[in-house]
Amino acid sequence: MTRTWVWLIAMLAMPALSGDGIFDEYRDLMGDDNPAIFVIDEGEALWFEPQGPLAVSLEGCDLGLGAGVTEGAYALFPRYFEDTNTVMDVESRLLHCMETLQGRDREALLKKPYSLRGDLGTELEALVTWLAAESEGAIIAPQQAHSSERAMYSLGEEIFFYRAGPHDFSCATCHEQSNMRIRLQTLPNLTDHDDAAATLGSWPAYRISEGLVRTMGWRLQDCFRQQRWPGLKLGSEVSIALQTYMAVNAAGGVMAAPGLKR
Amino acid sequence: MVSALTLSSAVVSSERLDAVLMESFVDNGQATMERLQQDPVQQACHQSRTEPPDAAVAATLRQQRLDAVVFPADGNFLGDWQRGAAVADNGRGLQSSDDPAQPNGGNCYACHQLAPDEVAYGTLGPSLTGYGARGQSEPMLRYTWTKLWDTHAYNLCSHMPRFGAQGILTQQQLKDIMAFLLDPASPVNQGLR
Repeated sequence: MTRTWVWLIAMLAMPALSGDGIFDEYRDLMGDDNPAIFVIDEGEALWFEPQGPLAVSLEGCDLGLGAGVTEGAYALFPRYFEDTNTVMDVESRLLHCMETLQGRDREALLKKPYSLRGDLGTELEALVTWLAAESEGAIIAPQQAHSSERAMYSLGEEIFFYRAGPHDFSCATCHEQSNMRIRLQTLPNLTDHDDAAATLGSWPAYRISEGLVRTMGWRLQDCFRQQRWPGLKLGSEVSIALQTYMAVNAAGGVMAAPGLKR
Repeated sequence: MVSALTLSSAVVSSERLDAVLMESFVDNGQATMERLQQDPVQQACHQSRTEPPDAAVAATLRQQRLDAVVFPADGNFLGDWQRGAAVADNGRGLQSSDDPAQPNGGNCYACHQLAPDEVAYGTLGPSLTGYGARGQSEPMLRYTWTKLWDTHAYNLCSHMPRFGAQGILTQQQLKDIMAFLLDPASPVNQGLR
């Protein structure tokens, strides 16, 4: 339904506009509305729904601010957790809670964390979307108090500039310069505070072209696909290190997610 | 921003980096794990970040790249500009999601302006509109071929892929791109119609 509408607008607008124009127009038409509101509601319902062999909800999940505290928690990720002795992003923390609190099987949870094109969304995507909405207006403030958190930033910076693969691409190939485009798509300079803040603050995002909410974990996987690198594992050190690098560069920015993207 | 600057001095050992990369990625179709191993150019350009490596190292690496360039055996640099236009437009190839049986694209428009009536061009590289105005002298042909084959032979640590040296494009595809850039009849050299 939504997608039909999107393409109708896209086709009507196409001859007159170029570039992000059709998406800008779509955003204007939507005003403050975002199709992700349905995903937010779904995520909230999933948080309170007893699930897994232990039939409990995620209300006991500690996202860093204490068990069950969801407001403002997303804006503080990635962060160190004592109970796992690791730095976690919001996605790996949610999986940890599903495993430990609800008794669910990790392998099963990792089978399909993100939607394929044409799907209607996954549980993880919905939960992340709701949690991001619970941080709307919050200041991006990734934790850097613990030495593991600072080490994660340094690792992320190193990986950001690591060139590899048949095309010699690194993250920096596309994301270390300001005001550049690939084809018509504007590229954020993720080494720059303002660009990093605008980017971090708008993920997860409803992708108009896919009719789905996508998470930052998915965004990184898709970047590496385009970099011609192998597949990035969800919750891997590379994923968390890069999210830490971006989040620290974005620190002080404001969360405005879920965003609305092309 | 302040925190970023103060933290960036911490060093990650190459052993640690290797271990993290090996743990964090998995084979994904044709995009296999050996792609994470850096060759000497990738290593030098990674270590030096945005600045080229020191002059002596850079000169040696550039000369190595230059010596390794393979020129067309038949001495003919120019193919069909129409086929070249299609290669320039095609962004597929070597991604896990791409069919390895299909030819790779050059994806030139991702970064360069070429034919002036194609508005969907990127800006990471310089505009190449009107490139053929420089003519088709032997040095121009060899320079352009070398740039496409291995950009690091001239500009070490350029962002541009090594289309010939890394086997991304075939010799025939490179000849077609050459024609797209240099043929006076190519739209690249026509101006806005």
